Amino acid sequence: MSKIVLDKILRKFPDDIINSHNYLGNETVIIKKEALLKVCAFIKDNRQLMIDMLVDLTCVDYPEEAERFMMVYHFYSTENKYRIRIKASVSEEDPYIDSITKLWKTANWPEREVYDMYGVKFNDHPDLTRLLMYEGFEGHPLRKDYPITKRQPIIGPLN
Amino acid sequence: MGVKNTGIENILGESVVLTRADSIINWARKWSLFQFPFVTACCGMEFMSVYGPHYDAARFGAEYPRFSPRQADLLFVVGTISHKQLPILKNVYDQMSDPKWVISFGACASSGGFYNNYATVQGIDTVIPVDVYIPGCPPRPEAIMDAIMKLQDKIQNEKYESRKSYPDLGKNNKQGGGDE
Amino acid sequence: MTENKITNRNAGDLDSSTMHINMGPSHPAMHGVVNIQVDIDGENVVDSKLEIGYLHRGFEKSAEYKTYKQVIPYTDRLNYVSPLLNNFGYTLAVEKMLGIDVPRRTKFIRVIMGELSRLTDHLTCNAAVMMENGGFTPFLYYMKAREYLYALIEKVTGARLTVNYSRIGGLRNDLPEGFKEETLKIFTDVEEIIADVDKMVTRNRIFMDRWKDTGILSREDAIAWNITGPVGRASGFDYDVRRDHPYFVYDELEFEVPIGKHGDTYDRYLVRDEEMHQSISIVRQALELIPKGPISVDDPRITMPSKTKVYNSIEGMMTNFKLVIEGVKVPAGEIYSFTEAGNGELGYYIVSDGTGKPYRVRLKPPCFYNTQALSSMIKGNTIADIIPIFGSINMIAGELDR
Repeated sequence: MSKIVLDKILRKFPDDIINSHNYLGNETVIIKKEALLKVCAFIKDNRQLMIDMLVDLTCVDYPEEAERFMMVYHFYSTENKYRIRIKASVSEEDPYIDSITKLWKTANWPEREVYDMYGVKFNDHPDLTRLLMYEGFEGHPLRKDYPITKRQPIIGPLN
Repeated sequence: MGVKNTGIENILGESVVLTRADSIINWARKWSLFQFPFVTACCGMEFMSVYGPHYDAARFGAEYPRFSPRQADLLFVVGTISHKQLPILKNVYDQMSDPKWVISFGACASSGGFYNNYATVQGIDTVIPVDVYIPGCPPRPEAIMDAIMKLQDKIQNEKYESRKSYPDLGKNNKQGGGDE
Repeated sequence: MTENKITNRNAGDLDSSTMHINMGPSHPAMHGVVNIQVDIDGENVVDSKLEIGYLHRGFEKSAEYKTYKQVIPYTDRLNYVSPLLNNFGYTLAVEKMLGIDVPRRTKFIRVIMGELSRLTDHLTCNAAVMMENGGFTPFLYYMKAREYLYALIEKVTGARLTVNYSRIGGLRNDLPEGFKEETLKIFTDVEEIIADVDKMVTRNRIFMDRWKDTGILSREDAIAWNITGPVGRASGFDYDVRRDHPYFVYDELEFEVPIGKHGDTYDRYLVRDEEMHQSISIVRQALELIPKGPISVDDPRITMPSKTKVYNSIEGMMTNFKLVIEGVKVPAGEIYSFTEAGNGELGYYIVSDGTGKPYRVRLKPPCFYNTQALSSMIKGNTIADIIPIFGSINMIAGELDR
């Protein structure tokens, strides 16, 4: 249903695409992280696509891969009802990626949450601080190597 | 949990007290519980149901929730307490004046529930003393009323001798902070 | 000070600065767990900053250590005023990954129970808003209505609040005898209560003065902030997942979607009120059309076998053992599946690696984005307006912090 979005991106940015698929009807495209702002600005401004809503923004941790963190963005067009998923991978040695708060102001809190839970840092983010965990918490809980029962209490005993 | 530093005991001092005074003070205390609901999570819905028209908790005299800890004597800890919220809970508990009681409402407040992970406190009794634990996820309103009645029994059986009397508040200003 | 200087405050001769106030985490009107830090100039809010995360319980991390079926109780406690909607959204996502389609009767039951949950959600939200504005009586009326619904849900699922009713490929058990008559009887009571409160509140001078033109959110802002659900619809953003991307059997049922015009607190209250009437009408239609039949998919790799088979045959015992210990094996891949919850579009993004445990479960929480827009909604209003505006966006901490 949203095949037109995938085709347009594939035609406009052929060098920046790593992979694309259509598993279970969800159109997905994996791009290089440097091209993120270009692609997002393109899909937002294009008259035929009119993708005006950022639905969700998150991250998945694949510790065995070379580039460990995979950022996942979901977009939606309210006029045409197209959906597209854009993924970009970020490595642990260079955990920086561009922030898209300039294009969609709603990306502010989800990016803070990804920073809090995974440690991925965003360039040009207005206020990159922890959102769900408290100040003084060390580590990033949703990474696969953070043990689930490792508590760091502010007051009170560990268990 | 003994009760200390309260006005009545200071006035009566070390004099001999008949048991009638004991029972009347306790009777008055148990039928006028002013609660401070420290509500965080899903158990709050059952809390609202208990104070609603079907399971009316107003018949225990505990009708109107006091939204300031300084005016309350019963702290209801309702819902999961995370490590970020715990200093706030301790602060609220310290602000309450004696005599005070704590009811830990639900599985998460009593022992962490099924959230055995990095963010949840495994039971508030690691930090503050608790009088009655209500298990359940969430507990039924009948269980909550049973807990209030058990707390009333506990209050009724508190003895004057078990309450310590501190030196005069004017000279030696000690803060009440719960029994250890 | 002369008269002139006091009334002429903005003339610049008074040296003033904004005051910073903390509406802290243990506040009765903050629904327990949000910290709003406001900068105020007199009574007007100039700027504000929210701090959340006081109920972070580690749902996403816990889900990676459990099988697909063991995650379902965790989803109950996300949006705890409408737990059935979260359950059904999650199992729909897993069923799409497995590529199975549930029986028709299950779809109807899911629609019916989901709409009952939506009713409890809107009843609680409106009751809380009215109570925080001083109307304790309508709050108690709505609690009475909600008790009827809880008793009905308990007859079907066994629990009032944390139901754990949906299963992958079906449901836990079928509807009991006499469900249809009982539901219709309860609906007459619930509709009477909603009509009573309507007479008390909707054209009431006090509530209209407090709610009209406060917390205005325009349609462009609603799209820019990713706000769906009753809050977005009250601002004129015409989007409802049940109508635009139908799932279960919503395409066979007739219902209207109320849209507001001004985007203020009053419109949000009215939209929720009308949606309650629409939910009742959907359940009535579904009760007429519901067919007879099985409630779970007949596939031994997905559905647990009945206890007679487990105790009397080897295959039953082996299937039971494998399903409990290893879980349902979902093929590797990822999906984003979305349904209409009480607050808007509830999305589950699930990544699977082929085993019985999910690799990553991400919940797209609708009230997370609603709460993010709060700063822009309270700007320019007075402190006394913060409470109704915050109440009308229906922030549920279990979903916000997960």
